[in-house]
Amino acid sequence: MTSPLWQHSAAKLAALVRTGTATPQTAAESGWDGPGAAWETDVHAVVHTDREARHAAAASADRGGPLAGVPVLVKDNLCTTDYPTTCCSRILAGYHAPYDATVISRLRAAGAVVVGKGNMDEFAMGSSTEHSCYGPTRNPYDLARVPGGSSGGPAAAVAYGLVPVSLGSDTGGSVRQPAAFCGVYGLKPTYGRFSRYGLVAFGSSLDQVGVFARHAGDVATTFAALAGPDPFDATSRTSPVPDVSGWDSGVKGLRFGWPANLWQAGVEPVLVDALERSAVALERAGATRVPFEFLPGEYGVAAYYLVATAEASSNLARFDGVRYGHRSADADDVRALYTHTRSEGFGVEVQRRILLGTYALSSGYYDAYYLKAQQARTRIRHEYEAAFTRCDFMLLPAAPSIAFRLGEKIDDPLAMYLSDVFTIGANLAGIPGLTVPTGLTATGLPTAVQLLGPEDSEAHLLRAGRALEVGGDVTRLSRDHEVEFAWPTKR
Amino acid sequence: MAYEAVIGLECHIQLKTRTKMFCACPVEFGADVNSNVCPVCLGLPGALPRLNDRAVDYALRLGLALGCQIRAESVFARKNYFYPDMPKNYQITQYDRPLCEGGELPVVMDGVERRFELTRIHCEEDAGKSFHPERVGERRISRVEFNRAGTPLLELVTEPVLHTPAECSAFLTGLRRLVRALGISDADMEKGQLRCDANVSLRPVGATALGTKAEIKNLNSIKGVEKGVTAEIARQSRALDAGEKILQATLLYDADHDKLAIMRTKEHAHDYRYFPDPDLPVLCVSDERVSLVRSTLPELPWVLEERFIEQYGLPAYDASVLSDPPELAAYYEACAKGAEAKLASNWLMTEVLRILKEREWPLERWIQQVPAQRMRGFLAKVAARELPGPLAKQAIEWLADEAGTIDDLLARHDVRVQSSAEDLLPLVRQVIDENPVPVSQYLSGRTATFGFLVGQVMKKSGGQAVPQTVQELLKKELADRTQ
Repeated sequence: MTSPLWQHSAAKLAALVRTGTATPQTAAESGWDGPGAAWETDVHAVVHTDREARHAAAASADRGGPLAGVPVLVKDNLCTTDYPTTCCSRILAGYHAPYDATVISRLRAAGAVVVGKGNMDEFAMGSSTEHSCYGPTRNPYDLARVPGGSSGGPAAAVAYGLVPVSLGSDTGGSVRQPAAFCGVYGLKPTYGRFSRYGLVAFGSSLDQVGVFARHAGDVATTFAALAGPDPFDATSRTSPVPDVSGWDSGVKGLRFGWPANLWQAGVEPVLVDALERSAVALERAGATRVPFEFLPGEYGVAAYYLVATAEASSNLARFDGVRYGHRSADADDVRALYTHTRSEGFGVEVQRRILLGTYALSSGYYDAYYLKAQQARTRIRHEYEAAFTRCDFMLLPAAPSIAFRLGEKIDDPLAMYLSDVFTIGANLAGIPGLTVPTGLTATGLPTAVQLLGPEDSEAHLLRAGRALEVGGDVTRLSRDHEVEFAWPTKR
Repeated sequence: MAYEAVIGLECHIQLKTRTKMFCACPVEFGADVNSNVCPVCLGLPGALPRLNDRAVDYALRLGLALGCQIRAESVFARKNYFYPDMPKNYQITQYDRPLCEGGELPVVMDGVERRFELTRIHCEEDAGKSFHPERVGERRISRVEFNRAGTPLLELVTEPVLHTPAECSAFLTGLRRLVRALGISDADMEKGQLRCDANVSLRPVGATALGTKAEIKNLNSIKGVEKGVTAEIARQSRALDAGEKILQATLLYDADHDKLAIMRTKEHAHDYRYFPDPDLPVLCVSDERVSLVRSTLPELPWVLEERFIEQYGLPAYDASVLSDPPELAAYYEACAKGAEAKLASNWLMTEVLRILKEREWPLERWIQQVPAQRMRGFLAKVAARELPGPLAKQAIEWLADEAGTIDDLLARHDVRVQSSAEDLLPLVRQVIDENPVPVSQYLSGRTATFGFLVGQVMKKSGGQAVPQTVQELLKKELADRTQ
């Protein structure tokens, strides 16, 4: 018996649509038909969708494209003409973008059907998706736990089977960390490889759109569809796009860095174990382990939170109630309009970061904070460059812990910030990173590893990610790219 | 006490590129409200700037014309402050690494050449416009308009090297002439295409340390700059004489009432929190690009002016009027080709410019109606004394209104210029016969009556006689009478 459409990979789904076996309409609706709708009620991955808009998008989908009929959920900070774009913030309540982000246009050009907008921490500021004005998303593997963040909605939707592919954004790990918490693949490409045009900016020099999928091959297909220069983004990369078509060609001859001193970094034993098992799997597949001492940027977290908040304080200045979004009803002059609108519209975490960033850029503090952070950033970039002279990519945790409980860190922003320690380096250095699911703990929660490579090494990362998919210890996900996927145990 | 004013100017020049600084919206004056806008210049979420290369070339033109150093790598920065007509609540400008630095503008004042040193020139985007307040029922409302938002601007900053209001206006006049000659801006101050702020401080004559400065904004005409600076110098010297301290402040000049109002003092100064704009890569300008722009520079106005003086023997004043704008300079040169240069200059400066002013014609309309070749035909007639003055003044109006060569026009208006003795002698004799008293007065040595007699002949000719011929004939006839 053939499996239901919602269980298929994007590759399989698109193939069925291309051959006329399935229509884009049935493919796009597959996640909502069957048990998907019930899951969504518990998980709350989606913040904007409606059946009519999905039907309209499916009706105009290109049936010949590489993602023909594939339903894709996109994070609510990517501009779309058919759904609101609110960044899960009250300040953008009801805002409809008049244009599609470049990545959205490219998804549509590849035949994909954008089926709605995924939940996120407000303006992508957070690591748990608890800071959403629509309420939190829950981890499909344990509803008491967070899905990670800030792209928690798109990650969870792929994990529980609503869609085979989704898009998030990664400023300090916001794709790679939720991918790890939800047990799916999560790719943050090289800075500039995907256009940022239409991605609502948080930290412009760090932001990068990323891809979630249950299969390495689907990440590769989506990467190929979205990558490439964009005249609308002056920071988009113009060098040739890495050819990822060899994602299934193995890792023979590749060298991977092995952080010998990681045990000092406060990583949960179950994740250290996942790393070790993945290293062995890669060796079995023909790759060479290169041990090295690596503390991912002693000053990384500090530098990151200065650069990201400084840029955010400026990027978020435009939300003032004058032209769009929320406007305070309680304002008699322009100053009151600004302060009331912004105090009412932004949540506490966003306000905290705007204040931090404003302070870091202030006259008299700029040199000590922002400039110093940029210098640290340059140094961190050089540290990574030096490391990659000895290996093709490195194996690291995506986060120091597995998914934590809702409310566990929400009142301790510093602890929340420190949980980004393994992911922010890639954003500071502009290099690509891929989270690879490695299975479940004894209690049934996902574990994962992260692969980091030098600029434009996406092909290597995907080959290694695929090698772990077929040769690793991925218990839940199928080793066969063609099919199957089972629901997580609901609890 | 006697004070010396020290003045620095900050000029904003709106570039006449086809599109805006960071998007493809057209730059035009007078389009429908909020019609030339897009996600980029409205600062919508997710939109990103993309640099207009033409604007950079224009900045290079100005920088090279003024002898600035061009930075191979310059940086765009964000200037953060909240204002309702600024869509992103930050302005993209340049800060610590501007495109052009140094340089100087040469200006002739009272026949002496002065060179005013510049600090920098950089590219930036303009804001929109606010209109306020307006009353709608019980509420006061403001409106914002974004057609201007994102228009390319150059900001040019001088060193504090000006000392008088007259120097300020000479500087601005020189700058306006230059940017027009370079074809980068129409620099019409009424349309806000050239705007100016002035930093003014006073110090006792002979002192070298600078006093506390005040910045005057909203100086929207060259006259306004002169008057605003004059008012500020007066205000500061009154304060200093009264033993008061000058507060570092920003003032607004109200041209209608010739008054200065304090906008904000230093305690309320903005902290603009400048930082490099992460949306725009470093602007790299290659030596090749600099050479290419340099090779396309036109003859600079001060070089042109000097050449007009030397080549055409024009007085300095004529040369300065005719060298600006460049269209007028080119027209003058075309008219002066093969004609008497000074004669051409006189007619352009007095009659043609008068007609333009009276009729509110732009220069292009005149040039279209009276191409240089037509004007040369007219000038040749005047030079050959075949068109007496009053008639010539009449004829130039016909040139403006009708088609045809000057000969066609004279024929059409039934004018037969009487320049031959054959035509005029009968009239001369008639006047002598009819005016025995003035004639006898003239003959007895009261030569002042000669002009009266000439006038009488001109009158009889209906203004169509050539005065020089009349004078010659009259003299000769009267001389004959004495013998």
